[in-house]
Amino acid sequence: MKTISLLLDSEWYDRYRRIANLNIRSSIYDVTNRCNLRCRGCFFFSSGENHVKEETNIKQWEAFIDKERKRGVNLAILIGGEPTLCMDRVEAFYKRLPSYCATNGLIKIPRDKFPDMMVGISLWGSSEDEKILRGKDTFAISSKNYEGDPYTYYLYTITPKQVGKVESVVKRIVDVGLKVHLQLLSNDEGMEGFSWRPEELRDLRFEMDEMLNQYPRTVISCKYYHETITTGKMMGRTFGWHECPSVTESLDNRQPPVKRLIHFYRWAADLKTVHRCCTSATRDCSICKDGAAHMSWVMVNKRDHLNSTRDLQNWIEVYEMFAKLYRLIPW
Amino acid sequence: MPEKRDMEGIIRHVTEVIIGELKLEDITVGTFNPDMDLVDELGIDSMDLATIALVLQDEYKITIDEDDYPKLKTVRLIAEYIEEKLTGKN
Repeated sequence: MKTISLLLDSEWYDRYRRIANLNIRSSIYDVTNRCNLRCRGCFFFSSGENHVKEETNIKQWEAFIDKERKRGVNLAILIGGEPTLCMDRVEAFYKRLPSYCATNGLIKIPRDKFPDMMVGISLWGSSEDEKILRGKDTFAISSKNYEGDPYTYYLYTITPKQVGKVESVVKRIVDVGLKVHLQLLSNDEGMEGFSWRPEELRDLRFEMDEMLNQYPRTVISCKYYHETITTGKMMGRTFGWHECPSVTESLDNRQPPVKRLIHFYRWAADLKTVHRCCTSATRDCSICKDGAAHMSWVMVNKRDHLNSTRDLQNWIEVYEMFAKLYRLIPW
Repeated sequence: MPEKRDMEGIIRHVTEVIIGELKLEDITVGTFNPDMDLVDELGIDSMDLATIALVLQDEYKITIDEDDYPKLKTVRLIAEYIEEKLTGKN
């Protein structure tokens, strides 16, 4: 039987042990239905998931979060809408649970109130692309708000139009002293020219690898993640509904049961409705490119990576990447 | 419920459950070290543990609190936990 210490040398074994007992229990919360942008391709609005009556009583939010903590959640991932439009709700989470806030960066999260909250700023490409897709060059504003912030990184959603141009965006991020995680657009609104073709995905995989080689202090990523998200394959299996780990537990009736995130829920802003998964229920899972779902897919399938040293090292690198994105381990 | 409820019998049965549920190859109940760290050496994760716990709960008619999972690090520790539950010490 292959055991961990037989597969790994002491350095890798130490890395494995650093992450193996983290026992992350994450859930996702739509903090608000409102946003100060309307990006073309945003799953939240294209799917109609904003059509719930938002809870506005902060006491209800506080009681809800307390219940979530008792449910075992130890990582709250705050999305929206734009969470920073409701800073009191963000604060309610931050005071009760380790929290991560996904934002477009247009509103600065005050560090005196949130000194170490992890912040991920969405970015959809170059200035030109951002203007087309989001109506404005958000980077010009967000980079001023967060320059040099040690608890902030960019979530760079790469579109097919960006293939071959990723470095120019990464360089801008280097220049403002921030880090970046790379993910791929899922074309939820069917915009022409924004759906992935196989040759684009192949080229992008190598471009992502090259960014990691050239900017290892800036890019929070790993090559196995690049492979998994661009090919949609892992250990000979294909990503899709029958494999996705990021499905709300109460809605997950898949048979046979799928390896999944334990107790994962995605809650709507009414604090009653649950959404199917970490993205849109209207998305075709077979073409979903959600980065978190793909990295979780690897993470929950640890035992399948115990066949060889390389497989297990790949698994460790993906887990480390996830842990770094939430500062569960140092950058 | 498994027939033997002494410590040796519980260790043996827990080992059988783990080998069966995780479909472990190249190992038998006789060669499985009950003190092997299940996370650090065998590589089981919390979902594996939850699956194993469900089977053991059902078979021994006990409850295994999820908050207790982190301390169930070896077969022996799981067996001791079950024995305490069965004798009402826990």
